[in-house]
Order: sequence, then C-alpha cells, then structure tokens
Amino acid sequence: MSVPFDGLVPATDSDVIAGVPARFVAAPTSTEEASAIVRGAAEHGLTTVVRGAGTKQDWAAPPRTLDLIIDTGRLTGVLEHAAGDLITVVRAGTPLSELADKLAPAGQQLAIDAPIQTSTVGGTVAVNMSGPRRMLYGTVRDLLIGVTVVRPDGVVARAGGKVVKNVAGYDLGKLITGSYGTLGLVTECVFRLHPLPAISAYVSRRFTSVGEAGHAVAAVLGAQVVPTAIEVDAGPDGVVEVCVLLEGVPEGVEARVATVRTLLGGDHPTGSDTAPTWWSAYPWAAGDVGIKLTAALSTVPLLLAAGQAARERHGVPLALRGSAGTGVLYASLPGTTEPATVAAVLDDLRAAATNASGHAVVVTAPSPVRDRLDLWGPVAGLDLMRRVKQQFDPDARFAPGRFVGGI
Amino acid sequence: MTTIDALAATLRTVLGDERVISDRQELRTYECDGLAHYKVIPALVVFPHTAAECATAVKACVEAGVPFVARGSGTGLSGGALPRADGVLIVTSQMRQIVEIAPQDERAVVQPGVINLHVTRAASPRGYYYAPDPSSQQICSIGGNVAENSGGAHCLKYGFTTNHVTGVEIVTPDGDLVHLGGRAPDAPGYDLLGAFVGSEGTLGIATEVTVRLVRLPESVRTLLAAFPSTDAAGAATSAIIGAGVVPAAIEMMDALAIEAAEAAVHCDYPQGAGAVLIVELDGPAAEVEAQFVHVERFCRDNGAFEIRIAADDAERALFWKGRKSAFAAVGRISPDYIVQDGVIPRTALPEVLHRIGEIAAERGVRVANVFHAGDGNLHPLVLFDDSVDGEAERAEEVSGAILDLCISHGGSITGEHGVGMDKAKYMPRMYSDDDLDTMQLVRCAFDPRGLSNPGKVFPTPRLCGEVPGRHKGAHPLQEAGLAEVF
Ligand SMILES: Cc1cc2nc3c(=O)[nH]c(=O)nc-3n(C[C@H](O)[C@H](O)[C@H](O)COP(=O)(O)OP(=O)(O)OC[C@H]3O[C@@H](n4cnc5c(N)ncnc54)[C@H](O)[C@@H]3O)c2cc1C
Repeated sequence: MSVPFDGLVPATDSDVIAGVPARFVAAPTSTEEASAIVRGAAEHGLTTVVRGAGTKQDWAAPPRTLDLIIDTGRLTGVLEHAAGDLITVVRAGTPLSELADKLAPAGQQLAIDAPIQTSTVGGTVAVNMSGPRRMLYGTVRDLLIGVTVVRPDGVVARAGGKVVKNVAGYDLGKLITGSYGTLGLVTECVFRLHPLPAISAYVSRRFTSVGEAGHAVAAVLGAQVVPTAIEVDAGPDGVVEVCVLLEGVPEGVEARVATVRTLLGGDHPTGSDTAPTWWSAYPWAAGDVGIKLTAALSTVPLLLAAGQAARERHGVPLALRGSAGTGVLYASLPGTTEPATVAAVLDDLRAAATNASGHAVVVTAPSPVRDRLDLWGPVAGLDLMRRVKQQFDPDARFAPGRFVGGI
Repeated sequence: MTTIDALAATLRTVLGDERVISDRQELRTYECDGLAHYKVIPALVVFPHTAAECATAVKACVEAGVPFVARGSGTGLSGGALPRADGVLIVTSQMRQIVEIAPQDERAVVQPGVINLHVTRAASPRGYYYAPDPSSQQICSIGGNVAENSGGAHCLKYGFTTNHVTGVEIVTPDGDLVHLGGRAPDAPGYDLLGAFVGSEGTLGIATEVTVRLVRLPESVRTLLAAFPSTDAAGAATSAIIGAGVVPAAIEMMDALAIEAAEAAVHCDYPQGAGAVLIVELDGPAAEVEAQFVHVERFCRDNGAFEIRIAADDAERALFWKGRKSAFAAVGRISPDYIVQDGVIPRTALPEVLHRIGEIAAERGVRVANVFHAGDGNLHPLVLFDDSVDGEAERAEEVSGAILDLCISHGGSITGEHGVGMDKAKYMPRMYSDDDLDTMQLVRCAFDPRGLSNPGKVFPTPRLCGEVPGRHKGAHPLQEAGLAEVF
C-alpha cells in the first residue's frame, strides 16, 4: 500500500487500537517532525490516534475511525534535569521508569506512581494516571508545569514553562492532562520534581469489616502524621487491608510509624520497609473489566460497602483497591463476566458513587462488554467540553469517539 | 433610552434598586483595583447575592451585548478587575457565605466573596486550615484567588490556589450555571476546572468554590538568619533545598528592604545584614526537629553571622512582621514605587540579583528586593520620586528590564499577581503567537462573544503603549492596616 505523504509507513497487523486497525503509522523523532506529520494528516483528513507504549490503548472507547497511529516510541529522552531547580524536561515517549533512573542519582523523583510499569510520560499525562502517593504529591495536573503540544492542525504550542510558580496565561497543561489524546499530540513535558525520601515505611492491618477499616482510615486522616498514602485493598474474600505509607527522615518516620500503629489498633498492625504486593497495582489484569470510583473522602466506606453488596447481590468476585486517603478506588471484575452482569454491577456502583459525590468510570473492558456500557456516566460541563474540542479539533480527527460524550 | 439605561432597569427589577449602582459618584469607588494607577469608571455596578442572580445579571449583559467584569475585594495588582467604561462590574462582596466546613471530607464550600482568611478561621477550631496564604489574605476573596491562582509564602511546600480548589460552580459567559470538578477528585472529562483557575475572570464568574482543607501541622519551627550578602543567603537556600528539605517557606530580603522594614515596623533584624532569610519548617514534630538542625547548619555553613530561632508564636510573628511589612514599608524610604512580580529558576538567583543591581545603577534607580527565595518568585520594588523629572520613566524602564531578565532566564512575567491589563503587552515576549493563539482557543470555547473581562490577559491593540502600574505611596489597604504585602 502506498502512503499519502512522507513520514508514514503502512500499518502492520499489530497496529490496532482497541480493536480498530490503522492504515498508517508514523514515528516522528522530534516536535518539528511530529508537526509536519500532523499537518500532513490534517491536509489528507486522516483520523489520528497517538500511541505511547500501547499499555492503555484498550482504555476508554475505541476510535470511531482510524487512519494513522502516531507512535511516540522515538520521541524519547530526558532533555534537561535541573536538579537545583527541581525540574525536568522530558520527551513524551520516555518510559516513566527510564525517567526515574535518570533522576534517582540526584536523589530526586517525579512523584507519579506507575500502576502500569512500562507507561510512557505522554501516556501517563494523556489518561491522568495516578497511584497511592497522589495523597501527598498530587497528580499529573499538580506536577506538570509546562507542555509542548502539536495541535490537530499541526501548529506547535507551548504553555507553562520551566518554573514552578507561573500564572501567565491559561494553564493548558491541565486541559491536556487526562484528555485522552483528543486535543493534540503531547511531545514534551516539564515536570516539577521532589526529593526522594530518606526512608519509607508501610504500616498495615487487615480488617474483617468495612466499617472498622473506615474508622481506621478516618483516624489516620485526623492525626497529624502526614501520610504519603493511605491505601485499601478489599478482595473478594471480604477482608479489607489498610496500608499507610510514611516517608521522611529516619527519626521522624520512626515516631510516626508508632503513632499509626496505635491508630490502626488491634494486636498486629505490621510495619515494613517494603510495600505489600498489591501496592500501586490496579486490581485487574489485561482483559478484565476495570472501573474507577471516586468519592468525597468520608464516604469511601460507602464505596467499599457497595462493592461488598454488589459481590453478594450479583455473585461476582469483585475486587476493590485504591486510595482511601484521597477518595479514589479501582474495581475489577473478571473479563469473562456476562455483559449484562457487568452492566448491573456498574449501575449499583455508579449509584453508590453518585451518593458519595463522586463518579464511576469504566476504565477498560473487553469489547463485547464495553459496547453495552455507558463508560463515563454523567459528565458535568459536557457542553463546554464539546466547545473546547470543537476549537482544537473542528474536524474531530484526533481520537474521535474515545472520550466523554463521544468527543 | 441607552443600552445601559435599559440594562440598569432590567437589573433593578431582578436585584432591587439598592443592588444596582449607576450614580457616577458612587461608581467611582470601583474605578480601580489594587493597581490604583489605572482608573476606569464602570457604567454600572451590581451586587448579586446568589449564583442564580449572578447568572441572571450575566444573561442580561449578554442579551444587551454589554461586557462585564467580575470583582472580588479589588486587591488585585495587575488591573484584572479594572472596569470597562461601557460595561457592568459584578461585585461578589455580598456573596460571603461559608456554605460548609467539612473536615471529614477535607473540604470547605464557600461563596466567592468569602475572605481567604475567614476560611481558615472557620476551619481551624476543627484542626484544619486553608493553605494558600497571599499576604492580602485578610481582605482578598476566594473568587479573586481562584481567578488569579494566587500564591503565598507557604505555597512553596503546599502549592498554589490551583492545587487547593477541587470544584467550582461558574456562570459561563453565556449566563449558564455549570459545575466543574466537585468534592471528589478526578471528575470525568476535560479538566476545565484547571483551565478556569487562573483565567482572571475571562472564562466566566465563579459563584461557589470547593476548596481543600489541610490538617494543621503538629509542629512549626521558624528561624531568622542574617547573612553578609544575598549571595550567601542564596547559597544557604540552595544547600537547604539541595539536601532534600522542603521547608514550608523560605523568604529573603536584601539590605534596602531590611532598611525600609526597620524604618516602618522596627522589626529589629540583626544589624549590618546584607540579606536575611526566614526559614519555616512544619509537619510532624519529630520530622521537623530532625530537619531543623540541618537547616540551621546550612545557614551557618554559608556565612550566617546571626541566627535567631523563634521561641514561640509571638516571636515567630515578629520575624514575619518585618518580612510582611517590607513591601508597604518601602513607602517610608521612597515617595513612589513599582511592585514587580517575576519568576526565575531559583538557581539563577545570584546572577539575576547582580544584573538587577547593575540595571538599577545604570539608570540611577534604587531597587529593594523581597522574595520567595524557595521558588524564585521575585518581588523587586523599584523606587522613584514622581516629582523628579524623568524618574518615573526610568523606574518603568528598570521594571520592564527586570521582566525581560526573568524571561531570558526561562522564567515567567508573573508568579502570582497575574497578567491582568498591566502585563498583557509582555505576554508576546514570553509566548509565541501560536502559544497565545492556542490559549485563546479556550477563551473562544467559553466566551465566543468576548464579553467576560475583555482586554485582560491577552494583548489587544487597546493595551498598546500603556504605562505599567505604580503605587503612589502605600496602597490604601495597607494604610488602613488591612493588608500587608509580600
Ligand atoms: C497588599 C496586597 C498584598 C498582596 N499579596 C499577594 C500575595 O502574597 N500573593 C498573591 O498571589 N497575590 C497578592 N496580592 C494580589 C491580590 O490580593 C490577589 O490577586 C487576590 O487573589 C485578588 O483577590 P480579590 O478578591 O481582591 O480580587 P479582585 O482584585 O477583585 O479581582 C482579581 C481578578 O479576579 C477576577 N475575579 C474576581 N472575582 C471573581 C470571580 N468570582 N469569578 C471570576 N473572576 C473573578 C477579576 O475579574 C480580576 O480579574 C496582594 C495584593 C495586595 C493589595
């Protein structure tokens, strides 16, 4: 097959996004090259999806149509690490793990957890991925201080900058974060960094009731121990494990560990310098159903209870896990669960999340299941979102249909 | 009947006579914000009490094709709330209800006119506070903070307004009420909340704000260290941050700023200092104790000739008093001054300070430096005497040159005071046309008619050649003792 313009190659059998095969692939090596390709795609009216490591291409909805995959696999490398200023400039295709390796010798880190180990920087920004430590450090939106984007018309735009404090103009980095590649191609990111803590300690306890676990979490939240994370893991067996991460200098952490052990109560809250095996991992495997639930902080136990109720009512091995310290939980069901059952469970969870002032969003699901579900649920401000999309991508060529409201 | 008369009549039916001002003398009260150099008398001023009233007012403006400008407490330092002569000023000062303090959710829900400090006052009996602490916090509004993405001394560790707002209800520039974000994190869809915070009233009006509350720290330790030079104080700052300590605040003042503070509030800082640092640590007691020892040592190792440690809250307040009053205090040593707000990478501090000194000397102008040393946010105070021919112009040149210096070091033209109308003309120096065009896409999505605070943030022909703002003596709010300036 011939390609419409230079820089593209014909797609292979593996160039498929959420079940939709592409016609062409491009792998630009610079923002300029990326801009030329996006311009070409605009001229030829090609629908385009950006691919990083491809770890989250089965997330959200499949693209309505797909001509071109722009792969960021050659847009890699740490361009700058200004240790004294605690910032880094990194290209979008760089794996988070590679960035971490570059920063560690200076005793620094980008404080974003990678529930999926091989994720790239760009993919992490695109889906606003976060993990346990969001409780202390915030999420991508709090750490991204500058961004370079190739707009769907090929224009290269930068927003923010290289300094943490900056209020000049709109904060486009936040708009781009979590936009699932529907507003353009991110080529470079500037992040605020944090020092690596001297030591870390995990204090855990297992509870047999949701109520007790909820009380323990509330007690830790109300204390002045400044946890880096408070995570819960509620497996299908009904046991709820609470684990608190404390970081800092040895003298400080020791005292705080003692306090948290008391707060968690019981005879055997355990302390350890290594994380439990389930830490910072989604409760689902590839091919399963994954749902993200959010809640106002004090209503996290409501979500845990709703999970338990759904298990009993629908006879499913639902697992729940996530950040009790920030009100974000992830639920999973086996990929083999009947689509109708998944839909019923989702309804229950969504009702609970709504009661808890939050949302239930289907992150990933096998396609027969996905087709039956309202992935996003109610979205406030959808009209404004459509208008933003219309401004950035009037022909709806970037990741069409992948996002809320069919954006 | 003119368009404005007709609009006034409509608004009076909705809001009642007493909440619509059209008398020219009364309108004058609202002719400027904290950047008192720019003055425009608005056509009308209205005071909604509720989100619905605010929406109705905006809708009426839209129907009449009349621009509108939101105003909170009017303390902004970039002319963001500067009215339009042909427009309506929508003032939130009667929307001051704290709707809910919910420590169990680490949230507070407030109306936009609520004063920043009042949130902390309401939350602190329950062990929580609202972290962003602009030094105008006794008087500025949360709505204004949201619009400006305001910062404060303690934002080094805790982040800015944008990191502490989880939801807003807004009146869109079409007059619709829309919720963005909420009490729970990560609402699905585009992060329009993130785009709205810091949009300086150009994307609509916030009518209710949900903010994060933070647990009060167990321990706070503060020291004041005197150094022979700003270079030495800068080196100490680098050592502290390089060691992985994240202080709650690190603030620096140079000799001229210290002189002004002494004259104004007799803060009794160590004699003969070329610079002082205030370093504050907070958090769990054991953590703070362990790190404080290091901070003290870093100061000493880098040439601090005197270190004082606050024994209690009273002494801590005394340390901060000199720092907090420095800005206003400059009025004691100079009849006029320009307040600048620029950002540089922190490591460029020594170089930039020297260059500022050179630029000032070349133009025969004095510059006092007061700044958030931890994050490179400079507040140079350019001193001048308006009654001396040419001094004002020279001061403006110096002030502009400082911004260019910030840009050439990869920094920003504003770290917390915003672009407003004052710095719109500098935006093209920091961003390309394409960058600005892309930001305007968002503007077009929210406000296709361009009625919400037009002429701010983005340069337009109307703004070309305007003189940068300057203060004549102290700001009225400072004189009234209501606010201090960082
Ligand atoms: C003495 C002094 C000290 C200061 N110190 C600091 C400091 O340390 N840090 C800092 O960041 N700033 C500081 N400032 C600047 C100023 O206080 C802040 O920008 C503050 O957030 C403005 O709040 P305000 O209520 O006065 O807003 P206003 O000045 O009334 O308005 C500011 C902008 O916000 C918009 N706006 C107001 N309300 C709303 C709303 N409800 N919805 C949408 N837009 C709205 C206006 O249109 C305008 O563009 C200081 C100012 C003074 C005078």
